[in-house]
Amino acid sequence: MNSAEIVDRLRARFGDKIGDFDDKAGDPFVYVQPDAIDEVCGHLKNDEALAFDALSNLSGVDHPKTSTIQVVYHLYSYRHRHMIVLKVSANREDPVIRTVAGVWRAANWHEREVFDLLGVRFEGHPDLRRLLMPEDWVGHPLRKDFVEPEEYHGIKTSRESPIHGIKTSHESPTK
Amino acid sequence: MTLFNSMPEMALTTTVDSMINWTRKSSIWYMVFGLACCAIEMMHTGGPRADIDRFGTIPRATPRTSDLIMVSGTLTLKMALRTKLLYDQMPDPKYVISMGSCANCGGLFQLAYSVCDGVDKVIPVDVYVPGCPPRPEALTEGILKLQQKIAEERWLVRRAPGEAHV
Repeated sequence: MNSAEIVDRLRARFGDKIGDFDDKAGDPFVYVQPDAIDEVCGHLKNDEALAFDALSNLSGVDHPKTSTIQVVYHLYSYRHRHMIVLKVSANREDPVIRTVAGVWRAANWHEREVFDLLGVRFEGHPDLRRLLMPEDWVGHPLRKDFVEPEEYHGIKTSRESPIHGIKTSHESPTK
Repeated sequence: MTLFNSMPEMALTTTVDSMINWTRKSSIWYMVFGLACCAIEMMHTGGPRADIDRFGTIPRATPRTSDLIMVSGTLTLKMALRTKLLYDQMPDPKYVISMGSCANCGGLFQLAYSVCDGVDKVIPVDVYVPGCPPRPEALTEGILKLQQKIAEERWLVRRAPGEAHV
């Protein structure tokens, strides 16, 4: 089944929960409403004709200009050898998206990573904690407007250039 | 003199400091603390070709029986706190080798938000080994430098309070 047929099948079942479809892209993708993503994914996995048994990737993208954060789902079916990409847009100020951790177990850590680095809250996630950054870290580093803190637990996050030190030590005896 | 005369001809005389330091430098037990690709070179250094075991440098799995910690690889801020914790568990006298550009100054990843720019921001470093990653020969050189440093320490000299070991 090709991407257009998959999207038609989804439209027939979910109606306006399915947004625009772009088949010009390298991997054709379709937009899905944030509150319906778990139902759509559950259907994609459990429908015999679709049978998307693998979540290849789940990632997030920050778009400050349009004030949205997109979460991108790359799905693959080993049984039918077809794939589809889903995109969900959420408001950048308070991004909330339904979790798909109940559909594919792999989504658990992927969603924790997206939460950690972009601050997307996945509603219904069983264990939404930071995955990579320290537990007490402030902010979400992959947001475009993230500013690195001056120090972390007394450790300075910048280092002076050694070339600068060499210059001053060379100049000082002449003074 | 009677004592000296009664010794067998093979006997050597030395100072107590030199004797202590000779034993110490010949059994530097190091904690394996591989963080990134430098760890692969550290494993090579412990392997049969470079074979730092011949200097008495034996890997340990716990900081509590270690004299040396070799920080080999990119140190993240999250790991930096753990490194301090491990260093504090080591018994004195203890030494630190910073292996590779990342542990020295953050290296390639210095501008990254998650990376600690050098292990010397957290614990005091005795020997810096440059390289990305350093070859086993370079790390062996670092061990030999540390042995020199240990051999020059003085233990039986009365020191003023707070004065560091020479």
